[in-house]
Amino acid sequence: MTAIPMPQPTTPWTLPRRGPVGILLFILAESSIFAVFVAAYLFYIGRSLTGPTPREVLQFPVVMTVCLLSSSLTIHLATRALRNGALGRFLRYWLATVLLGAGFLAGTAREWHELIAEHHLTISTNLFGSTYYALVGLHASHVIAGMVMLLIVAAFGLAGRIRPVHVERADVISIYWHFVDVVWIVVVTVVYVIGR
Amino acid sequence: MTTTRFPIAAPAEESTPSVFDRLHEWVITVDHKRLGIMYIVFALGFLVIGGLEATLIRLQLAVPDNHVVSAQTFNTLFTMHGTTMVFLVGMPILAGFANYLVPLQIGTRDLAFPRLNSFAFWVTCFGGLLLYSSFLTAPALFGGAAAPDVGWFGYAPLTEPTYSRGNATDYWVIGLIIVGFGSIAGAVNIATTILTMRTKGMTLGRMPLFTWITLVVQCMILVAVSPLTAALILLLLDRGLGAHFFDTQAGGSAVLWQHFFWIFGHPEVYVLMLPGFGFLSEIIPVFSRKVIFGYPVMVAATVAIGFISLGVWAHHMFSVGMSPAANTYFAIATGLVGVPTGIKLFNWIGTMWGGRIQLRTPMLFAIAVLVQFLIAGITGVMLSVVPFDWQLTDTYFVVAHFHFVLVGSLLFAIFAAVYYWYPKATGRMLSERLGKWHFWLFLVGFNLTFIPQHFAGMLGMPRRVYTFLPERGLEIWNLASSIGVAFQLAGVACFVWNLIRSYRRGAVAGNDPWDAWTLEWATSSPPPAYNFAELPVVGSRRPLWDLKHPEDPDWQYE
Repeated sequence: MTAIPMPQPTTPWTLPRRGPVGILLFILAESSIFAVFVAAYLFYIGRSLTGPTPREVLQFPVVMTVCLLSSSLTIHLATRALRNGALGRFLRYWLATVLLGAGFLAGTAREWHELIAEHHLTISTNLFGSTYYALVGLHASHVIAGMVMLLIVAAFGLAGRIRPVHVERADVISIYWHFVDVVWIVVVTVVYVIGR
Repeated sequence: MTTTRFPIAAPAEESTPSVFDRLHEWVITVDHKRLGIMYIVFALGFLVIGGLEATLIRLQLAVPDNHVVSAQTFNTLFTMHGTTMVFLVGMPILAGFANYLVPLQIGTRDLAFPRLNSFAFWVTCFGGLLLYSSFLTAPALFGGAAAPDVGWFGYAPLTEPTYSRGNATDYWVIGLIIVGFGSIAGAVNIATTILTMRTKGMTLGRMPLFTWITLVVQCMILVAVSPLTAALILLLLDRGLGAHFFDTQAGGSAVLWQHFFWIFGHPEVYVLMLPGFGFLSEIIPVFSRKVIFGYPVMVAATVAIGFISLGVWAHHMFSVGMSPAANTYFAIATGLVGVPTGIKLFNWIGTMWGGRIQLRTPMLFAIAVLVQFLIAGITGVMLSVVPFDWQLTDTYFVVAHFHFVLVGSLLFAIFAAVYYWYPKATGRMLSERLGKWHFWLFLVGFNLTFIPQHFAGMLGMPRRVYTFLPERGLEIWNLASSIGVAFQLAGVACFVWNLIRSYRRGAVAGNDPWDAWTLEWATSSPPPAYNFAELPVVGSRRPLWDLKHPEDPDWQYE
């Protein structure tokens, strides 16, 4: 194949890295899934035949939102530290991200417990229950998936096995985590602002 | 993939390892070529199953008041026929071709994520098997069917637990969610490969058109198949946990399901059809001995089809009573798709114009596509006219229209592709004589089956009804339609026999039997596990032309 006469000395041949491209394409698919859940939520606002209604039972989740939004910052600082070779700082920020994620999930658990035990709102109660648990649950399941990835890296980090060469993989998790974060902003807007 | 001990189907290697060892090699493989072949074989197996279901449907409808199968079995047959052909034949066979060809055409050694590739195949495979395992279950109480019988689009509220007793619909929902995961994983993988692993000099503007079209299709899968997965999850919540998304008795909306389904369903038609265009764009230039006419326009038309197809879904829903504004928008958007599609048709004709056309079997199938796709396109534009659609929706006219797309165009293009690339994958040529028998039998059978259905539909014959009454002028069209199936079956028998026989006894192909120009023909047939000993460097859209004609390379003119 080297026998082909070439037009001119080609410019340096660089292509994007496959990890970030792969996760961005995956996020494209995930966005479409969330779009359907969000569309269903918006479509069914105010169409429940029975109570309880969102206004009666939902509180704006301040602590959860603060937890998740600040975890985007910590994971960004963690990957930047890893890129600079500051392994200790990387681990501290990464563990902070794990804690903030856990805080978010604890908030969801508390909210759901309150809704189910006190307000008797389940997924089969009315359309609000169906759409609420589906959309918030879909997002929470993505947070759980992200937490699994974060914990695996944290375990390797605590065992001293993470090196700056692994930064691309950490970047992939970081991009996914930012996506989960952005989706939460959409969910909060739809469920707790527009939907109430 | 460092081993070179097991190049695909190399005859000399077959005597050494035992059958079990060889099977084990295939099960654990992450090689894109082996997975591609497994996708294609899986899909061809289901093509036969789906074809037999269609044969039973046509037997039942051969004469009025027939009783070959019961009404309930008929519902199961058309549901499983549609679901099988779209999700277990169309999607996997095209994933298989993309798997096999893309790394070869862009000059690399495997996909970006080989283990994800293996995952995607096995998930698709087991999703399909799960769907079909419903046939093994007992019929449910209250007259529920064993296998899914809700139609391939599963309209609500028929799919709700109130109306679909038992687990048949759950098999359908869960099977399709799993197959969807496979499609999404495959699409991420193939698109990433095209974007990040092209060989030196393979700019986007020099990619073979099949690869270009595949890139667009994978992006469409990401955007369009995911909504189906999401809608199926919502339906599963309804059925499993008592949610009310599509439960009309609790305020849920049946029309919302239709929107969700067709947001997937219409782009899906192009997800299936565009790779067929990709095959034609590779085959027609080679057998016309000319460079493709209007390469940049072909790419632009593909991207345009991709975008427009995302905004036309509700033309499947003209009869549910949308607002006149919505009807007008979707009618115009649907007509608009015809423009880039027509451009493609003219470009293929422009490629053939003045060429030295070689009527080998792949080219015969390709030419048939041009004619039959034109008919499919014309009936499609007819159906985009709202009042016309109101008159003919849910009749056999629509059935005839989309079978001209999916059989007359896509399946013919897939046959062309199998005849064209079989020598690369196996090292043997398919028999031209059997190929010609296959072509003519299938051509006659296809047209005899589906041309009459246009007329049956215009006379008012409804879809999805298990029989029809005599004395309505429908007998002759239905009988002709059923007779055509016999020709199609004979054609497919020639095809299967050709595949099996040529694997051992076909003429040895050599690296480049068609004197073609894309990189897959630069390596041996079948290619070694590593594809290329030395990665090629590309200077134009036809690297093998440059190699064969160093005195007149293509890059001088591009």
